[in-house]
Amino acid sequence: MALFPEPIPTAIESRPAQITPRDAARYDVRFASRASSIVSSAMRDLMALAERPEIISLAGGFPDTDSFPREIFAEVMSVIERGHVAGALQYGPTEGLLELRERVVEIMAHEGTQARVEDVMITSGGQQAIDLSIRTFVDPGDIVIAEGPTYPGAVPSLTTYEAQVVHVPMDDDGLRVDLLEETLDRLAAEGRRVKLLYTIPNFHNPAGVTMSLERRERLVRVAHERELLLVEDNPYGQIRFEGEPLPTLYQLDDGAGWVIYCSTFSKILAPGVRVGWVVAPPPVLRKMNLGKQGADLCTSTLTQRFILEYLRRHDWREHVARLNDIYRSRRDAMLTALEEEFPPEATWTRPRGGLFVWATLPSFIDTTDLIARAIEREVAFVPGEAAFRDGRGRHSMRLNFSYVSEAEISEAVRRLGQVVNDMIETYRALSPGSP
Amino acid sequence: MSARRVAVLKGGRSLEREVSLRSGANVEAALRRLGHEVLALDVDQHLVRTLRAERPDVVFIAMHGKGGEDGTVQELLEILGIPYTGSGVIASERAMDKVAAKAEFQAAGVLTPPAYAFSQAAFRELGAAEALPDIEARLGLPLVVKPAKQGSALGVAVAHDPGEVPAALMAALAYDDRVLLERFVPGRELAVSVLGTEDPWALPVVEAVPEGREFYDFEARYTPGITRLHAPADLPAEVAQEAARVALTCYRSLGCRGFGRVDMILDAESRLWVLELNTIPGMTDTSLLPRAAEAAGIGFDELVARILDLAALGL
Repeated sequence: MALFPEPIPTAIESRPAQITPRDAARYDVRFASRASSIVSSAMRDLMALAERPEIISLAGGFPDTDSFPREIFAEVMSVIERGHVAGALQYGPTEGLLELRERVVEIMAHEGTQARVEDVMITSGGQQAIDLSIRTFVDPGDIVIAEGPTYPGAVPSLTTYEAQVVHVPMDDDGLRVDLLEETLDRLAAEGRRVKLLYTIPNFHNPAGVTMSLERRERLVRVAHERELLLVEDNPYGQIRFEGEPLPTLYQLDDGAGWVIYCSTFSKILAPGVRVGWVVAPPPVLRKMNLGKQGADLCTSTLTQRFILEYLRRHDWREHVARLNDIYRSRRDAMLTALEEEFPPEATWTRPRGGLFVWATLPSFIDTTDLIARAIEREVAFVPGEAAFRDGRGRHSMRLNFSYVSEAEISEAVRRLGQVVNDMIETYRALSPGSP
Repeated sequence: MSARRVAVLKGGRSLEREVSLRSGANVEAALRRLGHEVLALDVDQHLVRTLRAERPDVVFIAMHGKGGEDGTVQELLEILGIPYTGSGVIASERAMDKVAAKAEFQAAGVLTPPAYAFSQAAFRELGAAEALPDIEARLGLPLVVKPAKQGSALGVAVAHDPGEVPAALMAALAYDDRVLLERFVPGRELAVSVLGTEDPWALPVVEAVPEGREFYDFEARYTPGITRLHAPADLPAEVAQEAARVALTCYRSLGCRGFGRVDMILDAESRLWVLELNTIPGMTDTSLLPRAAEAAGIGFDELVARILDLAALGL
């Protein structure tokens, strides 16, 4: 008998696909309407080029994972190996490991938010918390109010559940609650039903702004007066470079039950573990629990265990402080480069935390078209169109500063600035009468 | 037919990279079903070295747009002496440049919408914008503005009044330094695919009916279900014959080889206006050439086999 089994061949010669273009049509007539509503777009195809290795990409939303200490990773893995192998490889409760839920409550308390362990459910990333919130409440055609721009990653869920998205503008103090009220009045007059409002109050993705305290208080008041359900997405609250934390909407709601809170370990630890959480009143959480059973039964017990054992042994706040130092310098590099390289006609946000700057160009520049030129110069960003469901945002762009080095950020912004200035010069030549 | 070692070139840095990857995947699967040894290459800066090391018998070029469809890759394959599918260097170059192609079509007596072409430099250095009102007067509105060298309708915009022309030019100039302003000819969108080199023949006409759109744009091209394709198109026999004749004239005028697709508009007076010729038509699930072949009783695998058989060298 051989001492070692034969290695499994790694290069498997697969049998050729049997589906020809003719056959592909057979699925077209069978796709559900929610699948059919996802269209091919030039933007998505162009964005795929951003993944080419030679391109400096400011397009992703990737946290820095280089800074996670290897020795701590090894230590936590060996703790699992010594005492938790069977559990880490087994199914777990749908709502997540109890002790991890307790730790979540502690983490939220660090931001000044009081939550009850029984209201917490662990999810597969914050993305699943968002998806479950929409899936639990939205029927096809229901209205979801979102900021304009909104998180591009929420768009697939909004599309899948066939939500009608109504955007409400933001300014430097976040969501314009006054315009929200006008929008709610208008929709009520039209007899249209709003199911929920989706918002990112802290260091908005993609807008880079934070909702002021006054706006938060007013928004929660509006929610109470009009019985409007708020989904508060807070992945970036701890990624703060300066200033004091503001109370979450969940905290301001004070247990009234009008806020569903979503967050994640992706930004404070690492996105690869795919662990997030949702906090919701018991009747809502029961429905979400059923939804999660259908989606994946439970979040990976291996990665839940990883986070738990990490949190037992280390101060996560030290890691976050280290990350924030890195991100602060990168943000500064980006803002400096924008100041130097972008034309005076452009405007951009100056985030005090998070991962993104939102820049807006003159209205004659379409940022989806601009991608073509940027790719030629080997630099990429997310066109603003991706953050709207109604075709707006075409003159804006999302720029990420968390993933590439300061030197690369400066170089990327320099190249983008050249492309933008070139387009401005061309426009002036095309419109001799204009200033 | 004996099994050959076939390299499929796809992807690359072109803006139509994703479309090319979809075409390439379909072609690879067909070649495998046909029993060939397939080497799938996402084209990068090591292409020449890879081809020298791998020594394929023949190359199937499944690339669209700049680099793959404009004669560049073809030139390299000429130097390496590896036969390749589709048109040679010169025909590829001419077809990719809508301005040059138009001139050839006109010289061959084919109707094509009147157009003017400008470079970005003409606007910036020579004040070409001052001539825009004259162009609008001569061509009439609406106008189609398109990049001179770009596929899949990327950067194509329709301007309905003079105020919309600068924005349409800005969109087109994002994709190429040279742009065309062309008379917008309303009508039915027809495509005639051609197979063959010495004695080319036209496949049945395919009509694309994009739902609720002004023209056959990117989304309409690649989203299953948005566009209805009629193959063969419901046309009077003499119109279908005329479309085939026009397509073959265009194909010959550029000196194309292997395969190609001619896009045209049938207007209300039954006139056929040629828009462009693609030397590497799409082979995706929603593409027109596979539908045309099917209407002629040629399955996808046989189509790929025929294109491969016509692979050759020569400018």
